[in-house]
Amino acid sequence: MAQAQPIRTTSQPDTGETYLLSGETYTSISSVIGDVPLTAPLKTPRGWFLGFGVAFALLMVFLVSVSWLFIRGVGIWGINIPVGWGMDIINFVWWIGIGHAGTLISAILLLLNQGWRNSINRFAEAMTLFAVACAGQYPILHLGRPWLAYWLFPYPNTHGMWPNFRSPLDWDVFAISTYATVSLLFWLVGLIPDFATLRDRASNPLVKRIYGFAAVGWRGSARHWHRYEMASLLLAGISTPLVVSVHSIISLDFAVAQVPGWQVTVFPPYFVAGAVFAGFAMVLLLMIPVRSFYGFQSYITIRHLDVMAKVMLATGMLVVYGYFMEVFASLYSSSKYEQYLLYNRLSGPSAWAYYGLLFCNAVAIQPLWFRRVRQNIPALLIISAIVSVGMWLERYVIIVISLQRDFLPSSWDIYIPTIWDWSLYLGTFGLFFTLTFLFIRVLPMINIFEIRMLLHQETERAHRNAARGHDHGHDHDHAHSPTAAD
Amino acid sequence: MREPSRCRIRHRASGIINVMTKSKLTSDLDAVRAQLHNARGPQLWRSLDQMADTPAFRDLVEREFPQGASELNDPVSRRSFLKLMGASLALAGISGCTYMPREKITPFINQPLGRVPGVPLYYASSVLLNGFATGVLVRSNDGRPTKIEPNPQHPGSAGGTDLFVQAEILTMYDPDRSTEVQNQGATSTWDAFTGALAGALQAQSATGGAGLRLLTTTVTSPTLASQISQLQTQYPQARWYQYDPINRDNVYEGARRAFGEDVTTRYDLSKAQVVLSLDADFLSPGPGFAAYARAFADGRRVRKDTGEMNRLYVVEASPSSTGATADHRLPLQAGRVAGFAQALAAKLKLPGVSAGAEQPGEAATKFLTALAEDLEAHKGRSLVIAGDQQPPIVHALAHAINAELGNVGSTVIYTDPVEARPTNQTNEIASLANEIEAGTVQVLVMIGGNPAYNAPGDLRFAERLAAKVPFSVHLSLFNDETSSGATWHVPAAHSLESWSDARAYDGTAGVIQPLIQPLFGGKTSHEVLAALLGQPNVDPLTIVQGYWKGKVSGDFVAAWQNILSNGLIDGTKAAVRTPTLKEEGLAGSIPAPGALELVFRPDPSIWDGSYANNGWLMELPRPLTKLVWDNAALMSPRTAITLLKLPFSVDQLKGGSIESQHYLEQISAINGKVVRLAYNGGSIDLPIWLLPGHAENSITVNLGYGRRKAGNVGNDIGVDAYAIRTSGAPWFGTIDSVSDTGTTYLLVSTQDHWTMEGRDIYRVGKFEEFKADPEYIQKEIHKEEFGSEHHQFETLLPAPDYAGRNAWGMTFNLSACVGCNACVIACQAENNIPVIGKEQVSVGREMQWLRIDRYFAGDDLDNPDTYLMPIACMQCERAPCELVCPVAATAHDIEGLNNMVYNRCVGTKYCSNNCPYKVRRFNFLQYTDISTATLKLARNPQVTVRNRGVMEKCSYCVQRISAARIEAKKTAVAAGTEVYTIGDDAIITACEAACPTQAITFGDTNNTASRVASWKSEPHNYSLLQELNTIPRTTYLARIRNPFEALSAADTVKKQEG
Repeated sequence: MAQAQPIRTTSQPDTGETYLLSGETYTSISSVIGDVPLTAPLKTPRGWFLGFGVAFALLMVFLVSVSWLFIRGVGIWGINIPVGWGMDIINFVWWIGIGHAGTLISAILLLLNQGWRNSINRFAEAMTLFAVACAGQYPILHLGRPWLAYWLFPYPNTHGMWPNFRSPLDWDVFAISTYATVSLLFWLVGLIPDFATLRDRASNPLVKRIYGFAAVGWRGSARHWHRYEMASLLLAGISTPLVVSVHSIISLDFAVAQVPGWQVTVFPPYFVAGAVFAGFAMVLLLMIPVRSFYGFQSYITIRHLDVMAKVMLATGMLVVYGYFMEVFASLYSSSKYEQYLLYNRLSGPSAWAYYGLLFCNAVAIQPLWFRRVRQNIPALLIISAIVSVGMWLERYVIIVISLQRDFLPSSWDIYIPTIWDWSLYLGTFGLFFTLTFLFIRVLPMINIFEIRMLLHQETERAHRNAARGHDHGHDHDHAHSPTAAD
Repeated sequence: MREPSRCRIRHRASGIINVMTKSKLTSDLDAVRAQLHNARGPQLWRSLDQMADTPAFRDLVEREFPQGASELNDPVSRRSFLKLMGASLALAGISGCTYMPREKITPFINQPLGRVPGVPLYYASSVLLNGFATGVLVRSNDGRPTKIEPNPQHPGSAGGTDLFVQAEILTMYDPDRSTEVQNQGATSTWDAFTGALAGALQAQSATGGAGLRLLTTTVTSPTLASQISQLQTQYPQARWYQYDPINRDNVYEGARRAFGEDVTTRYDLSKAQVVLSLDADFLSPGPGFAAYARAFADGRRVRKDTGEMNRLYVVEASPSSTGATADHRLPLQAGRVAGFAQALAAKLKLPGVSAGAEQPGEAATKFLTALAEDLEAHKGRSLVIAGDQQPPIVHALAHAINAELGNVGSTVIYTDPVEARPTNQTNEIASLANEIEAGTVQVLVMIGGNPAYNAPGDLRFAERLAAKVPFSVHLSLFNDETSSGATWHVPAAHSLESWSDARAYDGTAGVIQPLIQPLFGGKTSHEVLAALLGQPNVDPLTIVQGYWKGKVSGDFVAAWQNILSNGLIDGTKAAVRTPTLKEEGLAGSIPAPGALELVFRPDPSIWDGSYANNGWLMELPRPLTKLVWDNAALMSPRTAITLLKLPFSVDQLKGGSIESQHYLEQISAINGKVVRLAYNGGSIDLPIWLLPGHAENSITVNLGYGRRKAGNVGNDIGVDAYAIRTSGAPWFGTIDSVSDTGTTYLLVSTQDHWTMEGRDIYRVGKFEEFKADPEYIQKEIHKEEFGSEHHQFETLLPAPDYAGRNAWGMTFNLSACVGCNACVIACQAENNIPVIGKEQVSVGREMQWLRIDRYFAGDDLDNPDTYLMPIACMQCERAPCELVCPVAATAHDIEGLNNMVYNRCVGTKYCSNNCPYKVRRFNFLQYTDISTATLKLARNPQVTVRNRGVMEKCSYCVQRISAARIEAKKTAVAAGTEVYTIGDDAIITACEAACPTQAITFGDTNNTASRVASWKSEPHNYSLLQELNTIPRTTYLARIRNPFEALSAADTVKKQEG
């Protein structure tokens, strides 16, 4: 294609909503966002040190937990026969799910020309990467012999063995590694113009060199912009199926097996919806404090929160539909194992988890139908936290409760996580937040150039609005023509 | 076992020393011992450092190949030198080393025409339980005994073994075994002991041995008995006592009561059509178990054209394997069994017997009426067996009933006593305790046993032994409670290390031959007796041969050869007697049953406590309770509700509704609640374990726990019930009180769930209906599950094809399985399965590849049907595990076996999650002890030792399949053909070999002539969870029961499945 569709240069359909508060200029955007990473180390806000300290302490918990795991083996956890997977896989699926919001925002919303995404996509993408980094630990750590994890990769070897391509666990290897690679590339490519901005604004020569190195010679020429847009578009195109594929494939870890409660055909879409649901809850949970701490209310406005809450509500309702389908499938299956599974969820020893999940994921999101709730920051924080817990419970219900009671009652047993299960989970929070704090300290957490563009569009719109006062009919045509051109 | 570097270091140090010439180094050795004695932990390290500084030790270390280095140049002895070096490296310090015994022993199957390294040899020997022999073939892998198999020629084995026989291997290699002679707790030597003994005996010879007492366990060994009688000739005033805590006092007292003489009662279950067990657990280990179980199961393994089937009635207090096998079972307090026997005798109109005052309940009356009718209908083909723990009157009544029914000579055989001297052992230990108290015992020689632990608590034996006997010696495998109370302790040689002989339950004498020289320098009972007779250093082989020399006909050398290769001595079966019944023995009042009784039973896994240090047995789920690593106060839910005044009624627990499920879960929560049982003046605190089917107002406690000096495995496990057992009421008696202590204790079982949740897991059918339509069970189930009697399972996949190959398969016959657990231990021994400890089992990580599931079924919690179901890897044709393994570590081979490739396994556990039978086992931690030297020796070299992080499971003993295939190929090549055939008997899996009831059959399903194929073609053959289309290679033969019409009419409400 000789000429890429320059998606960002077309003016967007005017929804009549405003995402930026007035009074911002290109310079103010650059300085407010760009100065955070450029702050001299000693002038780092105390609050950052506090947060980073806590996160780093948790990272040490992670290291201790992993060390002990490597010394003793997976027996330090509460897993057993029949519950071979416990918090290791629950947390794996949970973290992977968290990451999905980032991919959705950066890829699908980009392709759909949702301009409002610009101020949150960098942060959400970073969150994706860090969540994938956390999730990626578990499949390796949960192995009985983690030092042999590379056997899951197809590589020429003296064993004369390929991995078993029929196993969903092997599909996971490809799904996750592709996902991590593409997400990282997308994120890094998106950072290039901002690295250049930071390079240009930095006064410390060393810092200038570092950002200059990262900016890979970006000069902001039209040719650069053209290539950049092309690359973004391609990566967005590659990422888009990943949003769907990764969690679909992870859901196949369960759906392919024949454990009652796992063998459900609705799993792939249901897992994807759940992942986006959990991801948006996590974005909200993280962005709200950061936004107020760094004073980014101008860029991440209440309208952003409102839209994210809507997405959360929509995906949440999809998940609730999944719950209904699970119940329906077990009743309709005429399989006594599936029916017992339902009975066990409703009144077995772990019924609290099932009721907890119904409350967190189905009941707690209902207030989001109301604009007042969607725009109420404390309410959003609470609901997002509940949803994060709920999605964890969902994986608990699917993985643990199903395994606890399968075909032969003689082998039924319960699963009780040990301190090492919890410490590893806590530890991955340490990893996640350590990376997050480092990210907000050294990189622009909001996309500077895209905000500038947004400002440009806002300004244009303001002009148009002014013009509309004179000629309504013209404005009407003008507003629709770009859509028609698409 | 998993202890201490202490032992290891100690062994290593003394190992080097032991290779040295004894004469040269004796003084150094003593110095080293003196230095290391009592050193513990850091202290030991310091001691080792100091020791390493002595010039003698440096000299010792510097000579790299201390003794026998010169042998290298000698072609003949080089081999034994290499063996020695290998052994001393591996053994790291076991004194004695592992030379093959110098005496000539004869392989049973493979002739030793140049032993082929790596090819195991089998030697015939015997293993004892309570003095009675089970004939065995012991596998020796390059000089190490590694597995015990039954000796089909031996009457005590009949082609099967019990679990204790299987576990002997581990006992022999137990690192906790005693390694040195001890005097007052200090290290000593055999020579020092014999010297001291000679001194003590000198004083006795003046009085004719008035102060000399010999205490043994039950003696059936002819050689030992003859030595003892020599001793009694030499010291006419000396006395010989015998004591085993699980003894047959009542059996002999009952025979004396009935006949006025000592006779041994033996049963021929193959002729018995109707069997009544009066609290007799004859399908659990004990004298004659393997033979009885085999004969009984032969009458139950029905095929579609089988004309008749035997029937078993069981009256018992404590649920047992026998009760679970019964067609009709009546739970009854142990104290009421005598009354029941009397009522039955009266019903059968025995002269001189009238029903007692005690009125049996409604259920018992119905049971009794039907039973009497059935017994009378099978005169001469029926059998009444009285339990060992029932009082003599019950035995006398059983004898009388058998005589009345014409069973004597047919199903009941009376013979000369098999024991060297039958006696009332409880009285004997009581007399000995009294003699000790009176101060008349000057020299007490204890051969085996552990009276300081297992004598009835009221005798205070341990206390008296320590305080009042000036010279006492205990010959024992372990430095146990009795050894530490005696002035001398002599380490005993294990039966796999020693020459001896013993009789089977029918009197046939068998030889015990050593497979290895004593690992820890132990002595046999014969050597101790010889020392008593003034010959301290006689070789035990000479003693045993000396006894038999005059007793076998023909050339002794040839005859002995024959004895060794057969494992038994022909013509030694006990002579049949025809005693006459004395009517007056049947009279006598029957003690009134207690309101709430306590029943003592041997533990199904650790027997009287002598196996307490055997990890395999400790961790073996008990057949009905599925408990491991503990004993408990076993009682029925009804008794628990009454005793603890729980807010339930038993009726609420019935019906299988959701409410009753809730109640069941709630009542199960009282498992582990600790109660104080006051009994005959003593009391013990025991956790409760609910056992449906237990007689009401009766509590069972298993003996053998609470060992204080068993070893690292068995110490302080469970509660010692001997403490409250009294010599007056050793088996059961009235409980004074039961009180709630308010505490709870973690009891661990491998199966918490009682019911099958209405699933088609264990299929049961009735013999009469089966005869009418052999397919009726499957038809009924298919009709219920799928709506059609002939349901076809559909699949899109092509049918597996193994034409032209061997397709291995297995069947478990549920009619024959009595849940004795012998297969589980056999599997553990064969396949190097580790022991993981109570804590790991408590989190659900038990490792046994073969397990026996237990389900309770039916509506009646007081007397449910109990189903026992062996489950191992099903070797599915379409294995769900294989599909999901990302590294293909579990895969099908060309013969259709589902193989587990340990080296390839990365440990995702996905295969286990996807296994519907949950037969896969995972090494969550480093379970296998790879550091204890002796345990390495115990392992089967043909089976990979698994380390941490690897999944494992039943392999159908693939090592045995490979061995047979190699042999078959060799034969084929020798015959010049490329087609090899593997005979039906060429491969016997470990579980199949051990099974006393032949409930397990393995073979080639493609060979229509094979046993397994013929069983699989039976109409009651079914696949577990068939609807999953996994097509298991292991299938089950539905259990066929043979209920008596008159009783089953009342029973029809009982559902077939839970």
